[in-house]
Amino acid sequence: MAKKILELHELKREFVMGDMTVRALKGLDFEINTGEFVTIMGSSGSGKTTLLNILGCLDKPSDGSYMLDGIDVKSLNRDELAGLRNRKIGFVFQAYNLLPRTSALENVELPLFYNKEVSAEERKERAIKALDAVKLSDRFDHTPSQLSGGQQQRVAIARALVNEPVMILADEATGNLDTRTSYEIMALMQELNAQGKTIVFVTHEPDIAAFSSRTIMLRDGKLQKDSINEKPRSAKEALASLPESDDY
Amino acid sequence: MSILNLLRIAFRALKRNKLRAFLTMLGVIIGVAAVIAMMAIGQGSKQSIQASLSSMGSNMITVMPQSNTPGSVRLAGSSIQTLKLEDIAAIKRLQSDNINGLSPVVSTSGQAIKGGNNWPTSITGISPDYLHIRQLVLLDGIMFSDNDVKKSAKVCLLGKTVIDNLFPDGSNPIGQIIRFKSIPFQVIGTLVPKGQSNFGQDQDDIILAPYTTVQNRITATNYLQSIYASAVSETASDAATQEITAAVRASHKLLPSQDDDFQVRTQAELISTISSTSSMLTVLLTAIAGISLLIGGIGIMNIMYVSVTERTREIGLRMSIGARGKDILMQFLIEAVMISITGGVLGVVLGVTSAYTISYFLHWPILISQSSIVISFVVCGVTGIFFGYYPAQKASRLDPIEALRYE
Repeated sequence: MAKKILELHELKREFVMGDMTVRALKGLDFEINTGEFVTIMGSSGSGKTTLLNILGCLDKPSDGSYMLDGIDVKSLNRDELAGLRNRKIGFVFQAYNLLPRTSALENVELPLFYNKEVSAEERKERAIKALDAVKLSDRFDHTPSQLSGGQQQRVAIARALVNEPVMILADEATGNLDTRTSYEIMALMQELNAQGKTIVFVTHEPDIAAFSSRTIMLRDGKLQKDSINEKPRSAKEALASLPESDDY
Repeated sequence: MSILNLLRIAFRALKRNKLRAFLTMLGVIIGVAAVIAMMAIGQGSKQSIQASLSSMGSNMITVMPQSNTPGSVRLAGSSIQTLKLEDIAAIKRLQSDNINGLSPVVSTSGQAIKGGNNWPTSITGISPDYLHIRQLVLLDGIMFSDNDVKKSAKVCLLGKTVIDNLFPDGSNPIGQIIRFKSIPFQVIGTLVPKGQSNFGQDQDDIILAPYTTVQNRITATNYLQSIYASAVSETASDAATQEITAAVRASHKLLPSQDDDFQVRTQAELISTISSTSSMLTVLLTAIAGISLLIGGIGIMNIMYVSVTERTREIGLRMSIGARGKDILMQFLIEAVMISITGGVLGVVLGVTSAYTISYFLHWPILISQSSIVISFVVCGVTGIFFGYYPAQKASRLDPIEALRYE
């Protein structure tokens, strides 16, 4: 039986701006189980970013409930949210957000610095393992400026993996990459998913959504469509089908 | 996050902007160096003044005549003839444990002559205790005895200036006869040179003789210019002063309603007056130096604000992967403290170096106290924390969502 990782119930988020109240999310209900690869889609203004912030425990719902791995996020304070982000979530950003002039290995180690239970040796060991998992074993000492965009994003994915989170939360993770590299990243994501990682991928590209096993469409702060993708496209095959020497 | 890791992060952040970090430190460096150098100079001069005052006899007590304006006519102290040998006797009768030396002083100026050489100087009539009171040391020969005092013996001791002028050929003055105001004196001893006093007097331009000799054979007077006494220790000097005052008052038969017709001064008073002037100077110099340290602190605050703004995205990222506000606060605080402490170390080095350079070229006395170094370090640490706190707090309170999207 698949375990529930995410449970959203009547989730609402409102922003008060002067006299106006902007209702960004107007009541969302869905659940995500372990091992799912979900893409969240929607046009600009659909509430995608707001939902991402809440799922990532960077923000709290105004109303309704959000349970992450059995924990009610709404009741937590700032420091507890930080602890939850550290242990349960691995972020992957569109702009990679790696520390400049810092080696790949140290960038990957970063989340473990904020986890008191991890010793210095274990930290290094786990960071090496995470970099191995994204196939960057030969790039430990490279700084971000010495890496390509795709490699930087892989370092960022390793950083998301290193704390062994219950969920990887990607925010337009392929937005800055060309098609070939995007497919490479998606292939990596599919591989991680096959190993049992739960992945929530926010994107606006239907092309990318095709690689996932489930797609949630948002529109106007409401759930428009929640569809299971019976036959997700294989990113490896897609990569193979690309012309050999294309000029992207 | 452990302290070691925080230090590593701070070090790396500073390394990324070496020149900027150094320029920020410069304010602290100059401030600390100024504090150290100023305190070294101030304390050095204070110590040298104290040392030279002590060499005059730090436990010395002087009794001088003073006008008590009997008929509203004020007289100069030197022309008042109130101090007598009976006063000495009165003090002696006390047999006080606080006083271990007592000597009358009668002096008069005149020409000293030896053969074809002569020298204008003065002769000081004293008792043998005087050497101990003034901390004078015999270079050669002997001191005259109480018996010589009783007999008004025509013997004397000479200071170096007098010897140089009366015996320019360098011959040994001991045993020779010199004349002072046509009275012949046999030289029985010479004194170790003391050099100039703090007030520019030549302390070696002296002839010492028994006070009876000076009173009976030269001045033909029976009053004293002053009485010198010494207390057993600096702490005993207050008690000794009170005892002497009481004894002299009794001897002068003064009623309780009458003011003293003499004044008693201690060297300790003089030392504390001069020391307090010198301390005030040190405080003033240090205050000026402290202001430059304050400006250095403001420089740190300014740069830390810039640094926080510059690294807003980094802060956002750190928060998103689990850094708590406290972690971010510590990160920036340690960076600020690192700037100020490093500046402090360099400042101490620069300050000590410049203090030694000043003393080497200008021959000013310096004294580098450990406390000034310790205080500088503590002040640096506090400066870093104080001026680094607000920028660090600003960083720790950033909203991770906004910080992540900051351009």
